[in-house]
Amino acid sequence: MRKSWWKVLAVVLVCYTVVGGLLFPVPRLPILNETIRIVHFHPPLWFAMIILFTVSVVYAIRFLSSNDLKHDTMSINFAKVGIWLGILGLLTGMAWAKFTWGEMWSGDPKQNAAAIGLLIYFAYFILRGSIDDQAQKAKITAVYNIFAFAALIPLLFILPRLTDSLHPGNGGNPGFNAYDLDNNLRLVFYTAVIGWTLLGIWFATLKTRIDWINDKIEDKQMVTA
Amino acid sequence: MELMVQVKAWLYKEFLMEWRQKYALNGIILYTVSTIFICYLAFSIRGASMSPIVWNTMLWIIVLFSAINAIAKSFLQENSQRSVYYYSITSPVAIIIAKIIYGMILMSVLVSLALIVYSVLLGNPVDDLPLYIFVLFAASLALSSMLTMISAIAAKAGNNSMIMAILSFPIVLPVILMAIKASKNAMDGIARSESIDEILVLIALNVIIITLALLLFPYLWRN
Repeated sequence: MRKSWWKVLAVVLVCYTVVGGLLFPVPRLPILNETIRIVHFHPPLWFAMIILFTVSVVYAIRFLSSNDLKHDTMSINFAKVGIWLGILGLLTGMAWAKFTWGEMWSGDPKQNAAAIGLLIYFAYFILRGSIDDQAQKAKITAVYNIFAFAALIPLLFILPRLTDSLHPGNGGNPGFNAYDLDNNLRLVFYTAVIGWTLLGIWFATLKTRIDWINDKIEDKQMVTA
Repeated sequence: MELMVQVKAWLYKEFLMEWRQKYALNGIILYTVSTIFICYLAFSIRGASMSPIVWNTMLWIIVLFSAINAIAKSFLQENSQRSVYYYSITSPVAIIIAKIIYGMILMSVLVSLALIVYSVLLGNPVDDLPLYIFVLFAASLALSSMLTMISAIAAKAGNNSMIMAILSFPIVLPVILMAIKASKNAMDGIARSESIDEILVLIALNVIIITLALLLFPYLWRN
């Protein structure tokens, strides 16, 4: 129990944000109206995705310096969970865009960048599938992971600031602070970021442990066979 | 110093290989030229009636595809037995530096040729030509170093050309987007200070990619 307090915390925080995000009073703003509630889901999912991808890259670097396959399993699983959060973030963002910007896909630079970012990670999984040898696979995909992450950063953080974006805080649009992200809203928002991140870490570590156990079982079967 | 000698030897080897099997180089040149010719015939109009955005975008797509085809073979042609031999005599950093330099030279030649043929066939509506050429070169240098690294990865993943394409397309997109934007500015003759951001990002991307390639390639090479 002492070790798993953060898992409880993750569940509590996510439940809190789901309930709070839907029920708490929100500021009435033109155009946004009630859709501002998505602020509790869409940006936190992206934040959590970026954090998980960063962890994945850190494990890729650790794998390259240690050659320990356990780090590689960690790296791939963090990327896998990250991509799920990314897909959810994209879908919630599209729903939000439908009601505020009028279209699901309005060619906003951040939307495009997000789609490209997902493509990069899908390519990462296909690359993984195309190599048979375990050690080779780990090494090559770790290199691609680091390389791709470095390419993703300018995409997500620099490009949208250079062009006109519909997103708040870009291309001359005021940031959300200007829309008076009032304290209530902010409380739920940061709670959501922490909650989704912890939930993601939980999923990733769980999957990693399953993979390790499967590896061990396979090794045993090889020995007995 | 030792590194410089090795880089020189590798560059010499690259040029020699290219000279001996001329069909590869000629093939790439023909590929670029015939793609441009297809665009010319397909649009069947002169530059005057073609909207500048289409003109610009088309050139970049041609450059992108030529780059992928030209650079893809930089590692695909190395077979594994020879790699073992290379591994025992040179440092991986020398190899990647030489390959990147070679890719850059190849791309510069290819891009200049593409621009000339393209301008002849489809007209040249560019207002600020020096800036346009600068952007073209900066972007193709970034493309070539990125694609060289991707080609090294793809070569390890079983020399599959589909892998090369899917790995490289999303990664080169930031470069292409920046380049299209900056070159569009150059085309419209907008003040140079307006495109300074894009050009800085392009140069920064170049630096990041080359640094990463130098750091990561030794891990790919060693196995």
